[in-house]
Amino acid sequence: MLARIRSALAGTGGGAGAGAGRGAGSADDLGEPVERSYLMRDERATEVRVAQFVEMVGEYRAGVRVVEETEIAEIAATACADRRFTRLLVPAGFPEAWRPAGPELLGDSVDLETLASVDGVITTCALAIAPTGTIVLDGGPGQGRRALSLIPDYHLCIVRDEQILGSVPEAVRSLREAVAGGRALTFISGPSATSDIELQRVEGVHGPRNLEVLVVGR
Amino acid sequence: MSRLELPMVPFPDAAKVALEDSQLRRNLGKATSAIRAKRLALTAELPDWEQLREAGRRIKAQTMRNLDSYLLQLEERVTAAGGTVHWAEDGDEANRIVGELVRRTGSSEAIKVKSLTTDEIRLNDALADAGVQAIETDLAELIIQLAGEASSHILVPAIHKNRSEIRELFARTLGETGLSDDPADLTRAARKYLRQKFLSTTVGISGANFAVAETGTVCVVESEGNGRMCITLPRTLITVMGIEKLVPSWQDMEVFLQLLPRSSTGERMNPYTSFWTGVHQVDGPREFHLVLLDNGRSKVLANEVGREALHCIRCSACLNACPVYERTGGHAYGSVYPGPIGAVLTPQLRELARFESLPYASTLCGACFDACPVKINIPELLVHLRGQVVAARSERGGLRSSLDPERLAMRAAARVFASPRLYERAQRVSRVAQLPFVRRGRIESLPGYLRGWSATRDLRAVPKEFFREWWKKRHGDRQ
Repeated sequence: MLARIRSALAGTGGGAGAGAGRGAGSADDLGEPVERSYLMRDERATEVRVAQFVEMVGEYRAGVRVVEETEIAEIAATACADRRFTRLLVPAGFPEAWRPAGPELLGDSVDLETLASVDGVITTCALAIAPTGTIVLDGGPGQGRRALSLIPDYHLCIVRDEQILGSVPEAVRSLREAVAGGRALTFISGPSATSDIELQRVEGVHGPRNLEVLVVGR
Repeated sequence: MSRLELPMVPFPDAAKVALEDSQLRRNLGKATSAIRAKRLALTAELPDWEQLREAGRRIKAQTMRNLDSYLLQLEERVTAAGGTVHWAEDGDEANRIVGELVRRTGSSEAIKVKSLTTDEIRLNDALADAGVQAIETDLAELIIQLAGEASSHILVPAIHKNRSEIRELFARTLGETGLSDDPADLTRAARKYLRQKFLSTTVGISGANFAVAETGTVCVVESEGNGRMCITLPRTLITVMGIEKLVPSWQDMEVFLQLLPRSSTGERMNPYTSFWTGVHQVDGPREFHLVLLDNGRSKVLANEVGREALHCIRCSACLNACPVYERTGGHAYGSVYPGPIGAVLTPQLRELARFESLPYASTLCGACFDACPVKINIPELLVHLRGQVVAARSERGGLRSSLDPERLAMRAAARVFASPRLYERAQRVSRVAQLPFVRRGRIESLPGYLRGWSATRDLRAVPKEFFREWWKKRHGDRQ
């Protein structure tokens, strides 16, 4: 198969080791570096980015609000009480001070069956992207393995305002280390959704049907 | 793939059937115009959209030129991260590999993420032959699997079915009789049916939207969360990926993560995008197999012009932009890759002779080229393939081909256009010959072989005086 690919490329100046290992920004079909003239960095102030992030998350019909750090535990507790949650999943490394009182809090070690029966999950995130309203999980502290933020029907995610980046390229750059370290990434932009029936958007298919985001300001 | 090579219905005949289905045309018209409007609004939002498209094009061209090296790099990185890489020359080999991998797990079921690549090789049928039931988990894929039909759109495979048809289908196949035809209600029924499958099935099968050679990372882009379920929960994950889905570096993802969702669903970002690298100690499957599929791709790669079709990231923007697709739907293209990109990809991946009507399934209006996020020049590829069709026909030769009226006419035209003397004489002849057909300065119908052409077109009559005559009158014979 490789031989077939090589013979297909022969005579076009490509193939047989021409490009391996050159990595980012190396060469295109003309042998020139891939020109990256798109926007690489967002120079806007934090407040502008936060405002945009909140607007975009809101457009996905996810709940989103800016809060003080000291309010988190109480807001989370209220959210649980309003929904009559009895069991909430809290991945390891989630800050002690942010844990809500009220529901029974379960850790990472739950089995699949238990996971399928908890009411919700509360996590931190690796970073967020303002112009697309995206949160990214990389399995770091307070986020847990991927199944934890997938199976429960309710996901409350805490984002610190300095984690909100102004562009997709900045996010991809920041995540390089996690990827190189073999960690899985999940980009989440609103609750799970489908438009498969007559293109009418329905929120909530298999992932959490309810996503809420708290942005911690200073 | 030998089992697939059924006689191909030519596009015009297949299209005629589709065009008579008024429900299909209504569904399609509504859907394609809605996605077109969303795509336009969201691509206009990015000031650097054109720069992103150009970067996407260049990255893909670079990938193709060095595909051998990047594939080896990918294999090395995936293996280093605890995954296993398999190479499959064609669909049969890929199906055998996947079937054997599933058999080894002892499972008789596999949950599947929507994947065009596995549709291309008919993996589900092959697994069924091997005693394994493949369960489609994307809502639209589930709908068409339950209906026993084929996909008609890359992105929204059940675009041809409306809500009441789906309600009837669920009542019949899932025993869900109390449903309304509200899409939210129908979606809930699918969630309930699939949830147990997600939690209990030990094998997941996916395609891949991208794979990063530099890091060995595989990417799946989706909306519903069924993808996350299939790639996270089972003990064994098998991913089947066409060799053209590679990108060289992790940084390249910053381009495609912006291009794909906006072009595809008209969203700033799709709800879920997952990246994984081999096997992780505590997170996700314990076993990961990546099947690299050729199945005609290296043949396409050998054609320096046609190769551009491999740049496709399967967003489906060209389908939604195409006036032909909007009216005929996807089934008329006779392939899992419909629409403009299908018209250039299918004949190349398979045999041109069996799909020679597809390069003509276009008006060459160029809307697909404008919509393509990686700037694939589809009209140019269509013309290139039309040239190959004509060349292949005359090569097949024989008396019939040399007496083919179109060919004779083109030959005559070529001679006339090559000589000023013949050209001027033809002009003078046409001025007289047209007389029986001209009505009020227009020619509305032509005789014989040209009747079909003039059935939908009016020609302006040949003028009283040609430019060359006018020029000579003013300037004499000076050039």
